Amino acid sequence: MSANDEKKARVIERDARLDIDTLTRERERLERTWANGRGMIAWLSETDHKAIGRRFIVTAFGFFTLAGILAALMRTQLARPENTFLGPDLYNQIFTMHGTTMMFLFAVPVVLAMGVYLVPLMVGARSIAFPRMLAYSYWMFLFGGIFLYVMFFLNIGPDNGWFSYPPLAGPEFGYGKRADVWAQLITFTEVSGLVVATCLVCTIFKMRTPGMSLNRMPLFVWAMLITSFMVIFAMPSIVLSSTCLILDRLVSTHFFNQAEGGDPLLWQHLFWFFGHPEVYIIFLPALGMMSEVLATSSRRKVFGYSEMVLSMTATAFIGFGVWVHHMFATGLPQLGQSFFTAASIMIVIPTAIQIFNWIATMWTARRLQITVPFLYMASFFFVFIIGGLTGVMLASVPLDRQVHDTYFVVAHFHYVLIGGSTFPLLGGLFFWFPKMTGRLLGNRLGQVSFWLLFIGFNLTFFPMHLLGLDGMPRRVYTYPASMGWQNLNLLASAGAAIIFVSLLVYLVNIVVSLRHGAVAGDNPWGAATLEWATSSPPPPYNFAPQPTVASAEPLWHTELTPPPIVGLADDKREVLVTYLLDAEPDHRYPMPGPSLWPLLAAIATSIMFVWSIFQAQGVVWGSIPIFITLIGWFWPTKGKERLEHGVRGTMTASESLS
Amino acid sequence: MVHLQSVIHPAGIEAARIGDLWWTMFWICTAVWCAVALAAMVAIGRGRRAAAVDLPDRQISRNVAIAASVSIVALVALLFQSVVTGRALNTLRTPDALRIDVTGNQWWWDVQYENPVAGLRVTTANEIHIPVGRPIAFNLFSNDVIHSFWIPNLQGKIDLVPGRRNELWLQADKAGVYRGQCAEYCGLQHAKMALVVVAEAPDDFERWLAANRAPAAAPVTPEQQRGKDVVEKGPCAMCHNITGTLAGGRTAPDLTHIASRSTLGAGAIPNMHGYLAGWITDPQAIKPGNRMPPPGLSSDELQAVLAYLETLK
Repeated sequence: MSANDEKKARVIERDARLDIDTLTRERERLERTWANGRGMIAWLSETDHKAIGRRFIVTAFGFFTLAGILAALMRTQLARPENTFLGPDLYNQIFTMHGTTMMFLFAVPVVLAMGVYLVPLMVGARSIAFPRMLAYSYWMFLFGGIFLYVMFFLNIGPDNGWFSYPPLAGPEFGYGKRADVWAQLITFTEVSGLVVATCLVCTIFKMRTPGMSLNRMPLFVWAMLITSFMVIFAMPSIVLSSTCLILDRLVSTHFFNQAEGGDPLLWQHLFWFFGHPEVYIIFLPALGMMSEVLATSSRRKVFGYSEMVLSMTATAFIGFGVWVHHMFATGLPQLGQSFFTAASIMIVIPTAIQIFNWIATMWTARRLQITVPFLYMASFFFVFIIGGLTGVMLASVPLDRQVHDTYFVVAHFHYVLIGGSTFPLLGGLFFWFPKMTGRLLGNRLGQVSFWLLFIGFNLTFFPMHLLGLDGMPRRVYTYPASMGWQNLNLLASAGAAIIFVSLLVYLVNIVVSLRHGAVAGDNPWGAATLEWATSSPPPPYNFAPQPTVASAEPLWHTELTPPPIVGLADDKREVLVTYLLDAEPDHRYPMPGPSLWPLLAAIATSIMFVWSIFQAQGVVWGSIPIFITLIGWFWPTKGKERLEHGVRGTMTASESLS
Repeated sequence: MVHLQSVIHPAGIEAARIGDLWWTMFWICTAVWCAVALAAMVAIGRGRRAAAVDLPDRQISRNVAIAASVSIVALVALLFQSVVTGRALNTLRTPDALRIDVTGNQWWWDVQYENPVAGLRVTTANEIHIPVGRPIAFNLFSNDVIHSFWIPNLQGKIDLVPGRRNELWLQADKAGVYRGQCAEYCGLQHAKMALVVVAEAPDDFERWLAANRAPAAAPVTPEQQRGKDVVEKGPCAMCHNITGTLAGGRTAPDLTHIASRSTLGAGAIPNMHGYLAGWITDPQAIKPGNRMPPPGLSSDELQAVLAYLETLK
């Protein structure tokens, strides 16, 4: 027994509240307090961030599968020139559905969902802030996605592309309800995204366990904090623009109608003011996952913690100043365009610094381990960087005027989004799967799946650069044989088939490992952060006792481990609220338990949203059920749940010793 | 590949400037990619060895700072190159340019050669003839949704935005036939909204312009005459214009010299007898959703109309 272990044992021994029997009894009581019941009603009223995070992830991957099938259909259509597999109407719906699903129902929800699951664990909290709101957010996301796909199967699927430009999507040229379906889906996902972002910001700012000052936060938590702020600042812009579009279509306002003093370009400004930060909303959490996995594989902390945090923050700020590079072809004044060129080139710098820091981290690794998650992260250096560099090309006005809206751009953003986000996400899922399920994913199938994806991805998307340079525009349902584009298109379609197989292998791996995977234990990768300090999967209350930290890598510096928290109630759902900067204890706070009201409120909101695209009165009458559910939700409960100010009654074991 | 519509096979000064910029960017970016990929591989290789060298943090910091500085220098060089190219692209503007108005429609291009004398304006569709070696100024409009005018061998694209006028300057330096295509998603038949650009010697161009200024050729045979009657009195004249006849519709492509054009349906099919017959019989089968309804001609009428239209050189 080392000196440190002895010291720790002494502390535990000396505090009666931390001896094993007491702890076991406390855990039993906490289990009773925090556990949800069994049965349908309990399942529907779930508010545990881990359960909701898991549902979010599973649902988002469900939509990922649907969008992937749509992509496969498109690649089948484009495999040959003048193909008649899909007609123009269906093809246009399919590419719109693919883009919309991938952006709004997969990429953003899934990265936020990783945060929902991991952030409270990483900051050592017993719960996420506002768990009921989180449940509401999940239901809104689910209902929005179901709504979109029901409409699609009823042949009312949106067909104006994922950025839905008016006048094509406006009342004059966007026939039927298709554009409304798109705009209202956006409303669903806005509500959901904003709520999750709020929950995460509050959790990160006010619920970090004592000792976890801002400069000890894991980089993934930083990434989620910055992302959440980006959501909060970017989403209002799309709220505004999609609402204006619905108003134009539903009650004949003229926001985007140039004939009545509106402006079609206004839409583009508002949309891209949201749309470009959206890319970083998807990208930054992936960077956070990169940092965690690379640090774990390298057995050292990521080099340059402050630079990493500042880089992510700088990316977030500059990300709001580059939106016009999506509009270089609209004929805006040249001087203004140069500003956005400069900003778009500048945003490369913080990402470059992070990449160099990661390389430095691996360079000075202590016996780098090539695990499957590491492979996914390492592919970032080869795949994402191609997308980043083509991004630099697109920042140049003259070059962008050539390749804008061609397959070159399709190649670019798939390299950025798949290379920069999906690869790290699949790696991250592989990495945290044992924490979520208690079992490790199979290594062999993991390797196979990774290499298939790596090959298939490059085979699919690299030829698209060449197609774009040879003049193939995006969003075309077919092309003439005389253009000579068929061979590269066929290659891309073959690559897509390999991607499909790779993801199938990943899925098989999950299904097999859920039942037969090796049991993970608390910390199978030997990682440093707090989520690995609890059991796999974690109990409903996350931690007992709640740990405190004295370093940024608490599980690697056990010699520094301060005594855990004692004194939080075990007969009611109580969390410790701490101060923003240094996470000093502030007060204890009662968390609400499971409730059906978030589900009912989400149903009422969904009815209002769907009704309102058919009738303006839907907004008025549809609001009444929402108010009723909100009254039910906020109805004061009798009882003693009250805020206990000050740290009275809560202290760390060391304080209780002194 | 045929490179009819290629960014890296420029046939004009503007496209050549952008082509040069592309190759500069391509080589710098390739170098950067190789450097980073190499660094990552070396780092992984070194990291795998047990107890790798313990570099002091200060030295790592210095190396990261050097790498970042090199990146910044490369980025500034690219920015500089981009701005220089952007400025060079403006130097084509001259007062004696040929001015052509192009209006985007779902899903075809209306083309008018400007002339101060209204009667001397030339109207055509989906095919643009330009003289080699002379700057051309396109005034770009849209009648419905946003389109984008793009002939990659000659110049980058610019959008046709309803309610706005955008301008695009280019010059062809090599005679040839180039293809352009709408590059902003504009609805159902966005894929089939192409145009042909014929760059020819100035003399040839002037001859073409003079021929297109003339009204439609008069029918010669009785069948052609009958075809003209069908066009004038049937549904065709509701939308199409044939200068010199009673057909004066303005919502569809001008047919005054339809037989001199190389494609039909904005590049959907070649302009040949059988294709033309097929298009008139059922345009929806060839380009589903386009705005031309099947005119419902009898087979005699169809043959007469074909005979007439094929005289409209």
